[in-house]
Amino acid sequence: MLLVDVIVTILLTSGMFFMCIGAIGLLRFPDFYTRLHATGKCDTLGEGLIIVSLIIYHLFHYPGTPLMAVKLLFLIIFIFIANPTAIHAIVKAAYRRGLKPWRLGERRR
Amino acid sequence: MNRGEKGFGILVTFCIMFLFWLILSGFFDAFHLIAGVVCSAIVTLICHGLLVKGKSQKMFLKSVRLFLYIPWQLWQIVLANLDVAYRVLHPKMPIDPRVIECETSLRGDFALTTLANCITLTPGTITIFVEPGKGKFWVHALAKEPADAHLVDKTMQRKVADVFMEW
Repeated sequence: MLLVDVIVTILLTSGMFFMCIGAIGLLRFPDFYTRLHATGKCDTLGEGLIIVSLIIYHLFHYPGTPLMAVKLLFLIIFIFIANPTAIHAIVKAAYRRGLKPWRLGERRR
Repeated sequence: MNRGEKGFGILVTFCIMFLFWLILSGFFDAFHLIAGVVCSAIVTLICHGLLVKGKSQKMFLKSVRLFLYIPWQLWQIVLANLDVAYRVLHPKMPIDPRVIECETSLRGDFALTTLANCITLTPGTITIFVEPGKGKFWVHALAKEPADAHLVDKTMQRKVADVFMEW
C-alpha cells in the first residue's frame, strides 16, 4: 500500500512539474509559436501523468469500481488526440493570418 | 463505396458506440441498455461515414501496427518534454526557431493526421501546414537539432510509413 502511494506521489509531482514548465515557458518564450511549443507539449504529458497517477490510486484504494479507471483512461486517450490537433489548428490559423515566426536576434514580442 | 462495405462500416461503428456507452454508463439493466442501443443507432445513422471509411484494406493489420508504434511515440513525448523543459529553464534559452518543409511518401488521410499529430508531440516541432496531395509538411521547429531530425534523419516518417504501409 505504501509503495503504491509513493508511486502515485512521484507521478503526480512529475505531472505538476511539467505543467509548471509549460507555464514558465509561456512567460519566457519570445513569440506566439514558441509559446505554443511550451504549453502544448508540457500540458499533454503533464495531464497524462496526473491522470495515470489517479488511475493507479483509484485501482488500489477503490478496487470495487474499475469502470472509473477505464473512464480516466479514455480521458488520456482523448487528450493525447485532441491536444496536438488543437495546437495544429491554432498554429495554422496564425500562419494563415501572416504572423511571422520570431527569428534569433529579434526583439521579443 | 459499395453496399457491403457500407454495411460493414455501419456495424463496426454501432458496436464501438455501444461498447463506449456500456463503459461510460456502468449500469446493465434493461432501461440503460435500450437507451444505449437507441443512442448508438442515432449516432451511427448520422456519422457512420466518419469512423470507418469504405476502403479498409488490411485495417486490422494496420491497427495492430499502430498499437505497436504507440510505446515508441510515448517515449518520444517524454523526450520532447525534457527537451522543452531544458530549453525553458536554461538561463540563456537556447532556441533558434525556424520553419522547414519536408516531403513524405504518405498519402492517406489517417496516415497524414497521425504523422502531423506525432510531429507536434515530438521534440521541438509543430506542424503548421499539410499538403495532402504531395504529402508535404510545413513544420515550425524550436531549434536546429529537432529540425534536422525531420529533414535528415526521418526516423519518425519511416516509422509512420511502416505502420500504414505507404512507402
